[in-house]
Amino acid sequence: MTATEVSPDPRPTRPSPLRRLLPGPPGAAGARGSTLLRHLVLAVLAGTAVVLLTNQLAPYQNLQVARVCAFLCVTAGYTVLVGLNGQLSLGHGALMATGAYTVALMQQGFDERAVQGRWILPLSLLLAVVVTAAAGLVIGLAAARLRGPYLAGVTLAVATLVPAITTIFTDVFNGEQGLRFPMETPPAFLGAYFQPERWLAWVALLAALLTMLLMANLVRSRFGRSLRAVRDDEVAARLAGIHVARNQVLAFVVSAACAGLGGGVYAVLTATVAPGKFSLDLSLFLLMAIVIGGLGSLAGAVWGAILLVALQDLPSLITETFTLPSGLAQRLEGNLALAVFGLILIVVMLAAPGGLHGAARALTARLRARRRAARR
Amino acid sequence: MHPTARRVLAAAAGLALLVGASACANDEQQAAENVPGVTDTEVVIGTHQPLTGPAAPGYSRISAATKAYFEHVNSKGGVNGRKIVYKVMDDGYNPANTDNVVRKLVLDDKVFALLGGLGTPTHTNVLEFVKAQKVPDLFVSSGSRNWNQPDKYPTTFGWQPDYTVEGKILATFVKQQFPGAKVCHFGQNDDFGRDSLVGVEKVLGPVAAKQTYTTTNQQVGPAIGALKAAGCQVVISASIPGFTALAMGQAAGQGFKAQWVVSNVGADYTTLAKQLGDKKVILEGLIADNYLPMSNDPADPWIQAFTKIHQQYNAANPIDGNAVYGYSMAYTFVQALLTAGKDLTREKLVEAVRKGGFTGPGLTPFRYSADVHAGYSGVRMNKVTGGVQSYFGPTWTTDDGDGEVKEFSGTPTAPPADAIPTT
Repeated sequence: MTATEVSPDPRPTRPSPLRRLLPGPPGAAGARGSTLLRHLVLAVLAGTAVVLLTNQLAPYQNLQVARVCAFLCVTAGYTVLVGLNGQLSLGHGALMATGAYTVALMQQGFDERAVQGRWILPLSLLLAVVVTAAAGLVIGLAAARLRGPYLAGVTLAVATLVPAITTIFTDVFNGEQGLRFPMETPPAFLGAYFQPERWLAWVALLAALLTMLLMANLVRSRFGRSLRAVRDDEVAARLAGIHVARNQVLAFVVSAACAGLGGGVYAVLTATVAPGKFSLDLSLFLLMAIVIGGLGSLAGAVWGAILLVALQDLPSLITETFTLPSGLAQRLEGNLALAVFGLILIVVMLAAPGGLHGAARALTARLRARRRAARR
Repeated sequence: MHPTARRVLAAAAGLALLVGASACANDEQQAAENVPGVTDTEVVIGTHQPLTGPAAPGYSRISAATKAYFEHVNSKGGVNGRKIVYKVMDDGYNPANTDNVVRKLVLDDKVFALLGGLGTPTHTNVLEFVKAQKVPDLFVSSGSRNWNQPDKYPTTFGWQPDYTVEGKILATFVKQQFPGAKVCHFGQNDDFGRDSLVGVEKVLGPVAAKQTYTTTNQQVGPAIGALKAAGCQVVISASIPGFTALAMGQAAGQGFKAQWVVSNVGADYTTLAKQLGDKKVILEGLIADNYLPMSNDPADPWIQAFTKIHQQYNAANPIDGNAVYGYSMAYTFVQALLTAGKDLTREKLVEAVRKGGFTGPGLTPFRYSADVHAGYSGVRMNKVTGGVQSYFGPTWTTDDGDGEVKEFSGTPTAPPADAIPTT
């Protein structure tokens, strides 16, 4: 923060009501400006931009936008837990699965009873959030008593346990084959030729914006400050009157709820769930994504979500572009995504420890400084 | 003007332009466009295959054969003047990847139809999508009865005998050859295993013991131990090749001597022998079923024709049951494409299969009709003797309902010139 920014505020003590609607100058928010309002405006702007973008895109690209949004729900909550609160979880893929299966069972149940209506999807997603938050509470209670590698171990067990449950209770979860439910279709008033993928992108976008909005406010709230205090020094936080264990459990519940929503949306995109979609790999990919994106910042979560989707298509892209000997191509297709992810992780950690977001911020800061120097 | 304000204004103007350009008419335009994947010179089709992962042993060679057959057809001028472009995508037998690659094929690559998407758990996951997109989904490489639901999934068709048909015939054979034996069932923990068990129990009544495996878990020891403990004398197995090899290897390791009677999908001798390596002697006496010519039968005219194509376009791979499967299915597809006619549409292709009447290498007729979307109607038993898998006994046909298991006396047709169908 520069010295000019802390100069006394020249505004009158009671600003006009309209003034409050505008986003304040950067850094001026906090006690005076409304953080919520600023984030709302940002969210609406971002939402409008993406909606306009989806109008231009072909179906498959819209689906990719939808996937990014679904993953963004997860990475946003996850980065709050890992980056801000300092708790490591390797079980977020399993929490996604919890949300996804809740949505699938709800949607299937309604379909079998021939219940129809636009309210079914929001209700299913809401229930997915509630159920996953409950699961997060249970894991969080254990997590608050554990540190570092022990916590990683427990959450790792969760990551492998949840897919196993689906094959044990085959009657409910239908084993590895998973559950199917009717595809979400665009509402009739949008016209007969409305692209279904665009509708899916909108649904996912709404979920992602909601998550980002809530997380952005949470990060800047009193709770967000406690999260950071606990991460940095538990003893100091306790001395400052923060209930450390409660704070950690709450962080777990919040990030689990986000993962549940993301998982639910992810299920809606394909109208199916199967344990193979939520393997241990996914949990590891999620962690790598937020680390590469930039740990603890919501912008980093966006980078992470984009990366997760981009890498899904990488193997087929490479094998299509280059004609490789069939044996090599086959070996690549299976392992390429993991290898590339690992490689990016190493490079980013060496070159930009703050992740992609940190690197981008450093770059803009340097450009701005150069321009300022040129102006003088 | 302040630079920031100018930038905001520029951005707003840009957005306004975007809105203007995005007249929603482009959707209608797309809908009214020509048939996806079809031009005057080409027809593009796609598939999802396990080129890696637990089902890759053996199955990864099916698409190689299919591709080789299309190359052969293309070299003779294609079908109705159109060359077949066959896009193969790897899904690693993981439903999450199947979702992704099938959407890419249909939405991005704009394939005309899907052909032979492989696997019960994988393909089940794309049924809703395929239905919504009205894509012809021909000849799914799996014997699940899911593909035979014309009311629910009007564009999806099976090809091989379904697992219930197979289960009924295997059980009938076991009843005749091993009267009074304790019969057990070992199956994959999805529709593959379940449909097979339904067929077996229709004929035999409840089996003495049943165990399942999941493809993500290589530990089949406990399941095999349970079958041994139950005193099983015959094990009817609905397993993919990797797990047939694992299960029989475990059984041999545990000193569990039962007669294994294995579904055709997991019983190709060449594939199993390669999996088991120097332990392949345990395959001696293995009983299985099949409905296509045996890959090791050089006297069969179809095998002769396919071998010729194989040597030219696919010589790097062995000609085994998987290759014969790939060739035979591709042959049926070319028949369907021919029947659909010169003015190709998705509706016409679906209609062509519903009309049925296809011939080819298979030992029994297809069941396709206006309200049946199931493929081959029966199988014939085979046995491994001295490291050679060969047919014995009669060919049987039945349906997936309560129809009886009947002996079938018809003979397969001879292949046409170049093994390319003419009608």
